[in-house]
Amino acid sequence: MGTPQGKTQVIDAPSRGNPNTAAGTEPIISLQGVSCRFGDVVAVDAVDLRVDRGEFFSLLGASGCGKTTLLRLIAGLEQPDTGRILLDGEEMAGIPAYRRPVNTVFQSYALFPHMTVARNVAFGLRQENLPRAEIAQRVVETLALFSIEGLAKRKPAELSGGQRQRVALCRALVKRPKILLLDEPLAALDRRLRERARFELSAVQARLGITFVMVTHDQEEAMSLSTRVAVMDAGRIVQQDEPRAIYDRPVNRFVAGFVGDANLIDGTVSQVSGGAIGVDAGLGVDVAAAHAAGIAPGDPVSVMIRPERIRLVTGASDSGGVTGRVRGKAFLGNAWVIQVVVAGERLIDVRLIGEESGAGLSPGHLVTLSWPAEAAVCFAREIGV
Amino acid sequence: MTRVLGCLAVLMPPYVWMVTFFALPIIVVFAISLSDAVVGIPPYAPLVDWSSARFLGDVENYTFLLGDAYYLDGFLGSIRIAAVATFICFLIGYPMALAISRVRPTRRLPLLLLLMLPFWTSFLIRTYAWITLLNSNGIINNALLNLGLRETPILMLYTDFSVYLGIVYAYLPFMVLPIYAVIERHDLGLLEAAADLGAKPFRSFLSVTLPLSIPGIAAGCLLVFVPALGEFVVPELLGGSDFLMIGRLLWTETFQNRDWPLAATVTIVLLVLVVATVVSVQRIVDMRERPL
Amino acid sequence: MRSRWRPLIGGYALFGYAFLYMPIVILVVYSFNESRLVTVWGGFSTKWYGELLGNERILQAAWLSVRIAAVSATGAVLLGTAAAIVLVRFGRFRGRGVFNGLLLAPLVMPDVIIGLSLLLLFVWLQSQIGWPAGRSGLTVGIAHITVGVAYTTVMIRARLSQLGRDLDDAAADLGAPPWRGFVEVTLPLLAPALAAGWLLSFTLSLDDLVVASFVSGPGSSTLPIVVFSSVRLGVSPQINALATVMVVVVALIVLLVGLSMRQSSRRPPEGAD
Repeated sequence: MGTPQGKTQVIDAPSRGNPNTAAGTEPIISLQGVSCRFGDVVAVDAVDLRVDRGEFFSLLGASGCGKTTLLRLIAGLEQPDTGRILLDGEEMAGIPAYRRPVNTVFQSYALFPHMTVARNVAFGLRQENLPRAEIAQRVVETLALFSIEGLAKRKPAELSGGQRQRVALCRALVKRPKILLLDEPLAALDRRLRERARFELSAVQARLGITFVMVTHDQEEAMSLSTRVAVMDAGRIVQQDEPRAIYDRPVNRFVAGFVGDANLIDGTVSQVSGGAIGVDAGLGVDVAAAHAAGIAPGDPVSVMIRPERIRLVTGASDSGGVTGRVRGKAFLGNAWVIQVVVAGERLIDVRLIGEESGAGLSPGHLVTLSWPAEAAVCFAREIGV
Repeated sequence: MTRVLGCLAVLMPPYVWMVTFFALPIIVVFAISLSDAVVGIPPYAPLVDWSSARFLGDVENYTFLLGDAYYLDGFLGSIRIAAVATFICFLIGYPMALAISRVRPTRRLPLLLLLMLPFWTSFLIRTYAWITLLNSNGIINNALLNLGLRETPILMLYTDFSVYLGIVYAYLPFMVLPIYAVIERHDLGLLEAAADLGAKPFRSFLSVTLPLSIPGIAAGCLLVFVPALGEFVVPELLGGSDFLMIGRLLWTETFQNRDWPLAATVTIVLLVLVVATVVSVQRIVDMRERPL
Repeated sequence: MRSRWRPLIGGYALFGYAFLYMPIVILVVYSFNESRLVTVWGGFSTKWYGELLGNERILQAAWLSVRIAAVSATGAVLLGTAAAIVLVRFGRFRGRGVFNGLLLAPLVMPDVIIGLSLLLLFVWLQSQIGWPAGRSGLTVGIAHITVGVAYTTVMIRARLSQLGRDLDDAAADLGAPPWRGFVEVTLPLLAPALAAGWLLSFTLSLDDLVVASFVSGPGSSTLPIVVFSSVRLGVSPQINALATVMVVVVALIVLLVGLSMRQSSRRPPEGAD
């Protein structure tokens, strides 16, 4: 695999961002009200987006949500119907893909099958009419970055999936773009390879300091790699924030369900007291949740609690909490997922960390669930939903 | 702007070419079919009298054609020959396609190549080859006589039989290939599923393979029937001198009688037949595919 | 289709192949016949090949046919490539259906229709604008391009739609303007289809009797026209010899193409990571 050992330690904690980030200066990518439709289908709907220099930015969403179209708009492979796209402060309207300071790693990798790896990587440089010697040198340097110099003379058909992915990265990076666009760069790899490739991607980004914009449907991938994530649904950006914030404070049911596992409980607000609220969800006791702006008693809301934030004690408890019965459990190696039935019909998943944590529970056991109010996020629910 | 110009530069050459040399000729043929033959160059009367701005064309050629037994026989004969030949092609071609699809994958390509190889050699020469075989003093008859199986030679050349033979021979690959393409595409798993459900081989063939290969059969029939309808070489070389087919009528009118308006009329009628065939086959295929 | 039916179907297929090849084999065998009577074996001889080499009329016609075939195959590939790009890459546009229909219709059009309609077109054009001046190799070439475009378009389109847009996008993304991406990426990958299309149009043109008969002029008899006029008069050993030469040439070409395709499709096993 040849990931240079030791490089992985260069990775910064995602939330701190890249040290090269010049905070407060103009963004490297700025989209203002960009829409794009194909026939009757609105693929991208009035999207505003801002990506700062040196970020590792992810567009996360299910297939068909418009994320790839958004990427292709930035690359210049599609034209917006409305809105403005600025790259490094320059208006991109009328500038074709081949004159934009971005390069792309395609989902299929799109390696030229009739060219060797070296010719593939050199392709972009040859378009700039650079001297032969410089092209050759840069190709070798870039291949070395991924430790694949040995593959230079092979054709794409003679490479494995992981090798192809690295050649595609080389081919795009050798141009030293201001922005690297990646369309599901890891999707074609098998699970084992994907984990390693993820670290490699992160290391390369940190080392080169180039802004990465990655499209993915895999929330784990987006969470683990990105400085910021934009969650997309039906052509719109639903939430745009740091991964941690998206996970902890999703803005609606869709984001809550898409990013990580979530228990969603519908009810109406019964009381508001300071930073916490109580929600009547027909579970016998009021469900505690963090207060959200604009929520008043009587409002219909959904409460989202992550399974790992729920505390489970056996037996009934008089210190508050929701009681229920264990319905089933699943062993995940380092954790257990316990399915609990509350109020006779509703299911709540609880994740217990540790090998032994759930071993003693069996179906039918009476348990009590509780959680700190700040762990439960509530958002307004439209009536009838 | 340059993008649009670039696109036009790619679009226009084939478009203009096909309009000029395919669509326009058919319009010209139609116009001339409304005209009358004259002796001269060109050998047809003008359609419009410019001095009085009058349209001189009429459908006289069409009424003549449809009322004349000679031409009617030619058309009906062509349709009959083409239909029977198509059916024979199907009878021979379907089992061939089935057989090719059932051999090991590595052997399929050579078999297909063998099937197509004759197609790459001259059609004219392949038809001509049959003369040597079918003649009264030809190879087959000589063999029969020498073996004492027959006293007198069998009359084979210049009969309906030789025309059928020639057409089937020429167009057989066009029947096999589309059927093979369809059969090969379906999963043989379907057959296994049918066998698993207790279907006997012949039954599973009738209920699974045959219905699924209908689109291939339709395409194959189209590819045999349509060119057979306008066939000229085979009836000319293998058919008797009084053997009537549209292609031959057309040839005679053009080259011997030099009645171009009548030839044009024959062409238009043939064209209508062809289009009707294509459209109805398309219909059949569409109808089958929709409810599935 | 197991056991009981298998031998039956196999026998059927064998019969089909025998049917396809027997006349050709007989033709080849009898081209080496000493006797002038094509159907009586009079001993082995190559004299008909010698006579063929001395037959000016056939040689001239063959040379003309080869030239027409080469030019019209080239024209058909050029137009077919453009047409395939339009059909695969331009997306939907007004008139696309008509365009598609125009290109593919010659595939299901009997030769006599194409021949007569082009003859009438050329005569009409000549009377209107004075071009083309009479019928000649030029008019035959135009006719053959028109038929060939249908075949090349189908073949090139199939290959082009297989390639997908990704490679073009990648070329553009890496800084190649459209024409350069086409030349450096699309064209080399289309090459097999271009070659196959060229060969097919070439043989179709070389083989065509009917269309050529309609649109050729006095001085432009192609090989099939000459062969036809000779065959009409009866069987001739010289034609057998000519046929044998053509069969051998075609078989060699098909063999070479087959071998080269095999070579290029051979891939080493997927490398381990």
